[in-house]
Amino acid sequence: MQDLGIRVLFEGSNFLRLLGGLWITVKIALISVAISFVLGIFLGIIMTFKNPVTKAITRLYLEFVRIMPQLVLLFLVYFGLTRAFNINLSGQLSAIIVFVVWGTAEMGDLVRSALISISKHQYESGTALGLTNLQVYRYIIIPQTVRRLLPLSINLMTRMVKTTSLIVLIGVVEVLKVGQQIIEANRYTAPSGALWIYGTIFLLYFIVCFPISRLAGRLEKRWMN
Amino acid sequence: MDFDFIAEYTPMYVTAAALTLRIAFWGIIFSLVTGLVCSLIQYYKIPALKQLISGYIELSRNTPLLVQLFFLYFGLPKLGIIISSEGCAILGLSFLGGSYMAEAFRSGLESVEKSQVEAGLSIGLKHGQIIRYIVLPQAISVSVPAFCANIIFLIKETSVFSVVALADLMYVAKDLIGLYYKTDEALLMLVLSYLVILLPVSIIASLLERRLRYAGFGN
Repeated sequence: MQDLGIRVLFEGSNFLRLLGGLWITVKIALISVAISFVLGIFLGIIMTFKNPVTKAITRLYLEFVRIMPQLVLLFLVYFGLTRAFNINLSGQLSAIIVFVVWGTAEMGDLVRSALISISKHQYESGTALGLTNLQVYRYIIIPQTVRRLLPLSINLMTRMVKTTSLIVLIGVVEVLKVGQQIIEANRYTAPSGALWIYGTIFLLYFIVCFPISRLAGRLEKRWMN
Repeated sequence: MDFDFIAEYTPMYVTAAALTLRIAFWGIIFSLVTGLVCSLIQYYKIPALKQLISGYIELSRNTPLLVQLFFLYFGLPKLGIIISSEGCAILGLSFLGGSYMAEAFRSGLESVEKSQVEAGLSIGLKHGQIIRYIVLPQAISVSVPAFCANIIFLIKETSVFSVVALADLMYVAKDLIGLYYKTDEALLMLVLSYLVILLPVSIIASLLERRLRYAGFGN
């Protein structure tokens, strides 16, 4: 009974199909992280402005995106946006839109807190040493900001990969969906397939996320001072 | 916008929100208990158990709740372990939340300096008393902001419970979209329901955090 189940994994190209599904998840996460990284830096800089209007708008955006479950945001884009503008968005594209909107908010907040955490005397002592403005940024401010930012944004990456699992609920064929298809196709020959397939998917996610979060932890520890 | 439709189906959302809140409540309680136990084990460095706990924490922090639920609800029955939908939901949420709460507790425990424990020992307190009167009160107040963040996170995570056949808010919204094609109304109600649940929690959390920051600086 049990061995029937595990055989499903290696029959034909099943395992490769699972990996292909996982790649879709990771690909969407990678694209979204790359875009939100860039946009987040701009947002973070804008958030440090003292202008009350930009402050209110960015704050509202951040709070709304943060308070809504990501699945609700996915529904809003996949069902709501498409209907409101009479357009047709694929599941993958809606997912990327949502994760960029969410990731930009999170990234923006990280950039903002990294920027304000650098105290004013860092700028001042740079100038006192006779560095030009450009040099102050190049040698003092940016290295410190990056050190504070990098571990946290790598962490955001694992959160992004984990959250991408939700896209199966808006009909994207990714690793969970492929798993379901394999289970359904082998329902009679391997009744215990579900255990093995879902167990494998569980481990696959772990294998993807664990090294990334480990790296983030390492960097954080090394750069703490 | 069809307001009669909204009025007619509001009770469905209220029922669903109550279900979400009930499961979130139990999930959070169990997460707190799991987190406290795990962090104390790690704090006292109990051999074997300690490694087991850090394995659990890594496993649960690096996998999505959705995949955990699929395994619990569709995978485990093949081994003869059949758990009800609600059971799966609460178990999954506690499995996920336990590790997050453990991390929150741990950072609190680590913030209490060793000299405090030594001072306690030197005035003749027992280990249990040191934990009860010295370490925990300080550790908990340090980790409250992290708890609040985790509680909000866990309530947000409840949105995937429709996959284990629970009629939660997402399920109701999807149902109404599918049945009546009232997309705008269904989504508006969905967003409002989550706002009603999460806004107060988030406001209370930030108030608490401010209060505790005063406590930390002693004024």
